[in-house]
Order: sequence, then C-alpha cells, then structure tokens
Amino acid sequence: MEPKGMLIDLTKCMGCRSCQVACKQWNNLPTTSTSFNPDWSNPPGLSANTWTRLDFHLSEEGDDLKWRFVKQQCMHCDEPACESACFVHALTKTPEGPVVYNADICVGCRYCMVACPFSIPKYQWEARFPKVQKCDLCAGRQAAGLQPACAAACPSGAIKFGGRAALLEEAWGRIRGSNGKYVKRVFGEKEVGGTSVLYLSDVQFEKLGFPAEITAEPLPQYTWKALSKIPAVLVGWGGFLVFMTWYSRRRSQLEEKQKAVQG
Amino acid sequence: MNREVLELASGKITFRMNPFRVVLLLLTSLFAVVTIYRLAAGLGATTNLSDRWPWGLWIFMDVKLGVALAAGGFTTAALYYVFGWRELKPIVKPAILTAWIGYVLVAVGLLIDLGRWYNFWRPIFFWGYHSVMFELFWCVLLYTIVLTAEFGPTVFARLRWEGWEKTLKALTLPLVISGILLSTLHQSSLGSLYILMPGKLNHLWWTMLLPLNYFLTAVAVGPAMVTVESYLSARAYRRRFELDIMQPLAKFTAGTLVIYLVVKIADLVYRKELGALFAGTREGNMFLLEMAIGVIIPVIMYLLPGIRKTSGGVVTAASLVIVGVILNRFNVVFTGMTRALGGSYFPSWMELSMTLGLISLGVLAYSFFVENFGVFEEAAAPEAVASPPIVMRPAQRTMAKGAS
Repeated sequence: MEPKGMLIDLTKCMGCRSCQVACKQWNNLPTTSTSFNPDWSNPPGLSANTWTRLDFHLSEEGDDLKWRFVKQQCMHCDEPACESACFVHALTKTPEGPVVYNADICVGCRYCMVACPFSIPKYQWEARFPKVQKCDLCAGRQAAGLQPACAAACPSGAIKFGGRAALLEEAWGRIRGSNGKYVKRVFGEKEVGGTSVLYLSDVQFEKLGFPAEITAEPLPQYTWKALSKIPAVLVGWGGFLVFMTWYSRRRSQLEEKQKAVQG
Repeated sequence: MNREVLELASGKITFRMNPFRVVLLLLTSLFAVVTIYRLAAGLGATTNLSDRWPWGLWIFMDVKLGVALAAGGFTTAALYYVFGWRELKPIVKPAILTAWIGYVLVAVGLLIDLGRWYNFWRPIFFWGYHSVMFELFWCVLLYTIVLTAEFGPTVFARLRWEGWEKTLKALTLPLVISGILLSTLHQSSLGSLYILMPGKLNHLWWTMLLPLNYFLTAVAVGPAMVTVESYLSARAYRRRFELDIMQPLAKFTAGTLVIYLVVKIADLVYRKELGALFAGTREGNMFLLEMAIGVIIPVIMYLLPGIRKTSGGVVTAASLVIVGVILNRFNVVFTGMTRALGGSYFPSWMELSMTLGLISLGVLAYSFFVENFGVFEEAAAPEAVASPPIVMRPAQRTMAKGAS
C-alpha cells in the first residue's frame, strides 16, 4: 500500500483550533482546563490527553507582524527514533504511514519519550500503569477509508491528507508557483530521513519552533552504527581475553617451575 | 579460639546491630514502604518526573551510576584472572561481592522505575534488538546471573554445599570471561543510549564515541571504587588497608584516564567543538569541571609517588575519580539535555528516600556477607604470621559490642 501522509500549509491556517477539538472528540480525550497564555496557545503543551495543538507564533519581519499557527502532532517518521528505541517493539511504523503503539507489551521505560527528536510521546503520569500517548494519524479511521479527524475538520484547507509522494510533489508545486512566498523547503521531506507529516511555511521554520539543528540521517542509523559492531567486539575482545588468560597462566607456571629449579 | 570463629565453624549465621545499622535498617524499611506505594499508585503520585523530564534521579543514580560504580567487579576479575595480576588476590572476593550487590540493586531500581513494571519480562519474548535498551536489558540480566555464579562458591563454601562449590569453581574462567564481555557491552551501552539524541544532547557530550567514553570511565572508576571500598571496610572492620595492592590499581586507573583524556580532546577537536568548551556557558563550565575533578587532578595525584603511596593520597584521588564519573553521568542525563528539554526537574522526597534506602540496603547486605562468608580471608593472610588467623573477627566483636 502506498504510504499516506499529511501536508500542513502554515500560510493557510487561521488558528481556529478545529483540528484540536476534532482530535479530542474522535479519540475521546478529556479536555484540559485552559488558562491565559502569553502566546495565546492553549492548552500550553501536548500531553497524554492532547495529541495535537496549535502553537501560536507572532513573527516579526521588518515592520510586518504575522501570526503563524503551527499544528503540532506526531511527525510519523519514516524511520522513527521511538520505534528503534523501544526494546519490545511496542511502537511500530506501519506501511500505511502511521507510527502506532501497542500498550499490552509496553514496559514503561520511557526511552521513546527521551529519544523522539520532536519530543512528541507523552505519558499518563497520573495512571497506575501509564500508557505512552501520541497521535496515531487516525490509523483506525484510515483503515475504514476515512481521512484523519483533524484533516477532515480543517475549514481552511491547511491540512491535506493523501499519498505522501503526491503530497510532496504538490508541496513543491506550490512553492514553485508562489512567486517566492514560501520558504524553499518542505519540512519533513528529508528531516530525520523523512516524515509522513510535511509542512509548508512562508516564515523560516526555525522561527516557528521547529528544531534548528536537525540531521537528514535517520536517527536509528546512528544507533545501528554502534550496535552492529557488537559481534566484532565479542569475537575480537573475547578472543583476546581468552588468549591473555592462557598467556598469564602459562607465564606463572613457567615462573614457578623456574623458582623450583633455582630453589 | 574466640566465639566468632567457633560460630563460623558451627555454621551459625550472625548479624549484630549497632546504631548505624539501625539507621540503615530504618532507611531500608522506608524504601520498602515507599516502593509498595509507588508500585500501587504509579509514577506521577510519587515522583517529580514529567513529560519534559521522563528520566530522573532513578535512571541517573540507580541505573547509570549503579552500573558504573559496580565496575570494580569486572575490572578486578579481568586484572586478576585474565591479566594475571596475582597480587590482587585479597581484593577479588570483596570486589565481586560489591558488584553482585550493586547489580541486584540496579535490577531493583530499574524495576521500580518501569511504568508498567509487571511487563518487565517482555523483552525476553519480544525482541526489539534495534534498541540499545534491549542489549542493556540482556547484558544486565545475564551479568547479574554470572556475578551470582562468581560469588556462589564463597556462599556454598560457608554452607558446606561442596558439590555446588566445586562445580562453580571449575567454571570460574568461562564465567569471568563472559562477565567481562557482558560488562564491556553494557557499560558502553549506557553511553550508546544517547547516540539516538544528536539533536537533544549537547554536543560537548554527544559523540559517536559515547560508548567508548562510557567504557573507559567504567574501567577507570572500577579500581577507584575498589580502593575506596577497601579503605572504608578496613576502617569499619579494623583491618589493615591494603595500600600496597592499591598501587598497581592506581597506576592502572591513571593510565586509563590518560587514554580517556586523549580520546576526549581528540574527539572535540575532530568535531570542532573545542570552542564551545571555553565559551563560558553552563555546559562548557560543567564539562571543564568534570574533566578537572575526575581526570586531570586525580591523574596528577596518582602519578606523584609522594601522594600515591599514602593512604590519604590514594583514597582522595580515587574519590575524585568517582566524583568525576558521577559528574559525567549527571552532565549527560541532566546538564547536556536541559537546553533541549526545557523546564526543570528536582526529585521528590519519595524518589530521594528510595534511592537512599536502596543504598542502605546495599551497605547492610555487604556487611552481612562480609561478616558471615569469609570474604576477607585472603586479606587477613599476609598478617597471619604476626596475628591470629582471622584478624578481623575479634576487632569486629569489639566494635559491635562497643556500639551496642
């Protein structure tokens, strides 16, 4: 099956938060009491009960003030750090795109939370046996032929659901046809090896809270460079240790013999 | 013959109380109560962990430091059995004992930190082999079994289970070598855990050489721990402190630290991060502090015979090496991640009391085994000509009596 994805065009978002509400409704997530926030974002951050939210940014370019609203949720990396971090494989990247979580085998080590380059997975801290919680790109809706709840709810067309390859093509088409309105970058095309969620913006991504230093190499490959050396270390270091054990025993035997001869 | 030797011969197991031990026992009981509460109520009710800081005191102390500071077991075993440093014989048993207790405590600490702890056995059947945590889980599990087998003969000798004792003794060398291999893997893995976070961990610490750095510091701190432990137990049991044995260990640690220093500097130069070191930031300053206290000062102290050949000198230098490793792990878990994670974290009283209780349990277990299982038999031997065969026993009785 062709991997699906989501294209989020920040220039089209008007900050209505329909996506936030739709996500809560579809996933039956309890609401969070809101409070005044200097940047107008609410709730103040993603949590076990808030899988997507708009992060409000007031960006200044010369005399021009622009409000930009960045929809945050799981990026659904093609090679997810969280999946590689999980030592029971409770997090998996499905061929359809979503990164999904199996709570039954989760041990609760929280390495996925530390590992995620976007700090997306959240924890049910108040629960006796907490689950890791995050957006699953509405894998259940997708299986039933529906688009994710947030994309279905968006009134301005800022969120577009579809095949990732086609969305990527469309994104570059929008950049080319915009007379330089957009930043010449599709965030998610190459970042950490590519993600299912793609972003277009007319403001530098770094100014909108996107990670400034982000590698194009899939993060699991870093780990693999270390882990794949284990067999060689076992054989080489193990062989050396066995040899040294033999060598030092032999040496002490010879020394004792010599002592016996001299004595 | 005094009463203790008779008791030892008659097979009676004893554990005398004194005020210090009562305090330790109270802390251990507190640990037990809080643990039960934590397992029943969850992490949010007991810890100050948060979505920003999913890892805190327990991962830092009970796991990262616990494993690093228990490195005395595999380093001593390697030097004695594999590299034939015969003079280390008296400290092999105590070093293995400390490592064994250390790893059992690490396992307990890790279990308590798991959100869904009843699933702890899952990695045995669900192989997330692409995770460093998977390797860590298996190595720590197997190494704890290996250490149990390594210390087994001492326990079985005391219990007069001669068949078991002989079997395990015959397996000593394979056990030791597999123990060193497992230690090499998981000591380095504790560093490899953070290879996955190049965008989060400050680049003073984030490097592909994290596993090598962790391994080298473990190898350096192992003998330093042995030195400090020997000194403390010598004082507690009025034994002679084995200053002579600590000399080769001190030189070994100094050598390892010099290699570590060269690797660290070369790595920073290669990755062009040397400038960040002297930028005056909190990260840069903490890095400098860690290297000064844990590497440069102790190396100088170790290399000066005037300092190394005194009890105070060698123990101070070893303590600095330990503080250096504590700082290093602290910097990786906290200092280097602060900028990326934001917010702040300080452990709750329950987190603190559980860590404290776990350490108290370790000290009690150490005393129990030392007093009942002849761990220091070889240590007493050099003085056998001048003193009664079991030097520590009468002194220990005096101390226990004096305190009670």
